[in-house]
Amino acid sequence: MVKEIERAGFPVAHICTVTPISMTVGANRIIPAIAIPHPLGNPALDKDEEKALRRKIVMNALNALQTDIDGQKVFEG
Amino acid sequence: MSKIKVVHYINQFFAGIGGEEKADTPAELHKGEVIGPGMAFQKGFGEEAEIIATIVCGDSYFNENIDKAKAEILEWVKDLAPDLFVAGPAFNAGRYGVACGTIATAVQEELGIKSMTGMYVENPGADMYKNKVYILETRDSAAGMRQAVKSMTAFALKYGKGEKIGASVEDGYMNQGIRVNFFEKERGSARAVKMLIAKLNDKPFTTEYPMPVFDKVDPMPAVKDMAHAKIAIVTSGGIVAKGNPDHIESSSASKFGEYDIEGLCDLDESTHETAHGGFDPVYANYDSDRVIPVDVLCDLEKEGVIGKLHTKFYSTVGNGTAVASSKKYGAEIAKLLKADGVDAVILTST
Repeated sequence: MVKEIERAGFPVAHICTVTPISMTVGANRIIPAIAIPHPLGNPALDKDEEKALRRKIVMNALNALQTDIDGQKVFEG
Repeated sequence: MSKIKVVHYINQFFAGIGGEEKADTPAELHKGEVIGPGMAFQKGFGEEAEIIATIVCGDSYFNENIDKAKAEILEWVKDLAPDLFVAGPAFNAGRYGVACGTIATAVQEELGIKSMTGMYVENPGADMYKNKVYILETRDSAAGMRQAVKSMTAFALKYGKGEKIGASVEDGYMNQGIRVNFFEKERGSARAVKMLIAKLNDKPFTTEYPMPVFDKVDPMPAVKDMAHAKIAIVTSGGIVAKGNPDHIESSSASKFGEYDIEGLCDLDESTHETAHGGFDPVYANYDSDRVIPVDVLCDLEKEGVIGKLHTKFYSTVGNGTAVASSKKYGAEIAKLLKADGVDAVILTST
């Protein structure tokens, strides 16, 4: 899906936990996430902390979308 | 000749520990035990080989703690000093396939122990590791266990005994991109003419020079003006409106869904849930923002960091879903996004 959407002309930030899979599939802008069942959350945190964590990942994704790249890149947070 | 000593690696599901709710089970060593598919392997091995230990690890645990899990397992395998390491088969289970490929490769490269695994050709672990370790091709689900055990057992005995491994088409492993020189019975011109005649008659033929498939998509240019950009959310994490109105399947999804989030600034258990059957759904069902960050993007829109969060999101279940289906959904979703003037996409995967 990432590739077909990008092929159609959209920059895509792929947020995922197992980044090597994303590399193999062929995503270009790759954003590491927290865990497979909750990529953008952590149930061990309280609600505010969890949202702050999620915001950090989303900001990283927005940063990636604003960054020109030559090829695949993992944007470590 | 003494028996070939085998160590077998399986996940929590095939060990009978549990499904997704147990996918965070840390690695365990079971010395002297033959578990799950290992029993069928042992039966096939007969007196020629013996499973001396089974290593079990939860799929999420392995993938989320790759370095730690790998180090632990390598330590155990080193002490056990088997002749052969067998992982899986993983069929089309993505995390399990990646775990099998990772650990089988590590055992071979770091310990110098012969190693192999088995999985479906579309398993992401196949592309990642088929050039590094022997991966026997299996069907896409555990319904293919019998055939998988049969081909893996035969290969394991051949490999374990140190017999010569033939070409990938002969011995049933995935092509590793290695060419070996040998003399064909017929000369090239005769083979080429036979192939051409078969082709002209619509009969099957096997090319001797398959073209590699390169399917890279160039990165699109960056968003220049985020404060005026429209951002859309797409996910393979299966987030759907509460009750799954489109009946998206928990695996091998046959469709994607479109969901309206206009005016919604926080997802919770009353509004959304996940249809995904490939991970423990408790966390996503309680708060779907953990998979698609609607709450944060809504805040960012209010703060003017992004221009607008698109009022619809698109979702399917990426669990054993065929690559061809995913491509189709991606292309269809892109058309819809284009019609709605979206500038960039955040795609989340579980």
